[in-house]
Amino acid sequence: MSEVTSPKIPEKIPVTVLTGYLGAGKTTLLNRILSENHGKKYAVIVNEFGEIGIDNDLIIGADEEVFEMNNGCICCTVRGDLVRIMDGLMKRKGKFDAIIVETTGLADPAPVAQTFFVDEDVQKNARLDAVVTVADAKWLSDRLKDAPEAKNQIAFADVIVLNKTDLVSKPELAEVEARIRGINPYAKLHRTERCSVALADVLDRGAFDLDRILDIEPDFLEADDHDHDHDHHHHHGHDHHHHDHGHGLKHYHDEEMQSLSLKTDKPLDPNVFMPWLQNLVQVEGQKILRSKGILAFHNDDDRYVFQGVHMMLEGNHQRKWKEGEPRESRLVFIGRELPERAIREGFESCIVS
Amino acid sequence: MKEFTPAADSPSIVSVTDRVKPVALGMAVTSVHFLGSRAAFVGGEENVGLVDAKGEVSTVAVHSGGILSTASDGKHLVLGGDDGKVVSLDAKGEVTLLATDPKRRWIDAVALHPDGAFAWSAGKFAFVKSGKNEEKSIEVPSTVGGLAFAPKGLRLAIAHYNGATLWFPNMAGSAEFLPWAGSHLGVSFSPDNKFLVTAMHEPALHGWRLADNRHMRMTGYPGRVRSMSWSAGGKALATSGADTVILWPFASKDGPMGKEPAMLAPLQARVSVVACHPKSDIFAAGYSDGTVLMVRLEDGAEILVRRNGTAPVAALAWNAKGTLLAFADENGDGGLLEL
Repeated sequence: MSEVTSPKIPEKIPVTVLTGYLGAGKTTLLNRILSENHGKKYAVIVNEFGEIGIDNDLIIGADEEVFEMNNGCICCTVRGDLVRIMDGLMKRKGKFDAIIVETTGLADPAPVAQTFFVDEDVQKNARLDAVVTVADAKWLSDRLKDAPEAKNQIAFADVIVLNKTDLVSKPELAEVEARIRGINPYAKLHRTERCSVALADVLDRGAFDLDRILDIEPDFLEADDHDHDHDHHHHHGHDHHHHDHGHGLKHYHDEEMQSLSLKTDKPLDPNVFMPWLQNLVQVEGQKILRSKGILAFHNDDDRYVFQGVHMMLEGNHQRKWKEGEPRESRLVFIGRELPERAIREGFESCIVS
Repeated sequence: MKEFTPAADSPSIVSVTDRVKPVALGMAVTSVHFLGSRAAFVGGEENVGLVDAKGEVSTVAVHSGGILSTASDGKHLVLGGDDGKVVSLDAKGEVTLLATDPKRRWIDAVALHPDGAFAWSAGKFAFVKSGKNEEKSIEVPSTVGGLAFAPKGLRLAIAHYNGATLWFPNMAGSAEFLPWAGSHLGVSFSPDNKFLVTAMHEPALHGWRLADNRHMRMTGYPGRVRSMSWSAGGKALATSGADTVILWPFASKDGPMGKEPAMLAPLQARVSVVACHPKSDIFAAGYSDGTVLMVRLEDGAEILVRRNGTAPVAALAWNAKGTLLAFADENGDGGLLEL
């Protein structure tokens, strides 16, 4: 983006989406956020009144009302109640600093996120900050087997609060972490008891902020190669440039939900890449939960960044490539039954030869 | 757009900007309604600014929070708030509490009937209170997006997801469901009671001819339609949502079916609010750049009421006689024009 000295655009209100399977500890985390002495005021959109033990004048009850956009795209679902509540909340702008949306335990986070992509008015006033998923260390492994919702929530997360770690042994904890990483190696993971996590680790993350994609996620896109803090049985230093790696993609490979990272140090042709990406999310958008990328285009001194939720993409030139900074393109997809080979081949074909 | 009218600040357009009495509301404004000769500017929260013909503002506290919904019959202004209350304000500035939601839910929509009955909604429930009768309620399949009383009889239209419900509150089992996929927000009956029109979450209107529930799709808007206004006699429905005012023809028995809408007053800004004159074939339009125009339906001739270069116009209304026009932008910079 160029330097524009236009009138200052009013700050958009950050919105944190709090998900997690039933009983994982969402309400505990919410109460913790609200009771901490942070001097901030939150508007909280909850599904169950009365569970929150804190007096707050801006707790709004919501029924999760998901509807399909009439644009022929079946996964373009939005939360109608959120559109309405955001509209109402904007009348009290200035009375709160941030918004937290708590979803029900069985909710798919996608419609919430998509609401911030498709609704013009919501987008004008608010920005999605991050999807925070609270997971139960004791039961998550089971839920990943029998509850597709739980898997969705892990796959979608920017931040995972792995809670109730005091109820499991060390090997059990390692096991559940590996399972999480098998689905989503990119989210920030925090091990907690009773959701005791620093607020800065869950709020104001800027996970959907194109400008901050890298700044705040140092292991973003590189988690696969640099996951050193993991336990010893976790050997997966494979190289993505090799397509013929003999063992599984990851040590704990989830049969259904995977992540896929692509990387090249050769420039991409934007005239091939853009249509390819658009087409990919159109065709496979139902399978692709999240996507992100930093791109180096041929004959372009600016970095291009993009991110997406299902079929919705947003992207922009971010800044000039720095002197000496390797001009690499890196992409990541998290999704269900991703057609890995087709994606890799499609990506390769975007490289300027 | 075949031709482009001169920009609003060009000297060639007729201007009455010097005849506007400026009104500084000192608060964010979301709508305006006339109560007799006083203009009631509704704030984003808590207050209404009552402004007399001299332009003097007196502030009246109506809610202890955000003001979510308003409806007026020219004598009373009914307001719903996020404090769970439905209140009424009259021209003298007196506030009456009409109803309180027992769970303090948000009052998302209100409507006012010419005979004084009023309706409100909280969540999936719509309520009607008529005279001394008990309050009646109905549950619809999803959260209520909008409410409107039919011009004749005590009949309420309730917009929600995937359609609208028509309900005679005094007749048990009378609810009739008009289906159409999508989220329906605003709702309005044509003045002749023949058509029902909803403004959808997507940039489109949907209509039903009430005689046979035939569908009318009114699409092509670049943005969501937040403002609809029937022209005098209900011949046309003027709408916001595009960079011109879109007017759908409703004079014939088929309404706009198979017809093109008129597109008047194009500017390089989005129309944010429209208000048709109550008696003449004139409408006023407010734009996202702060412009206010008066436009003749017949030929699209324009008169500049307010120049561009401010926050979007949020409020626009005529008094019942059509002699006063009130407007304000989102930041509360308003004006009164006497014709």
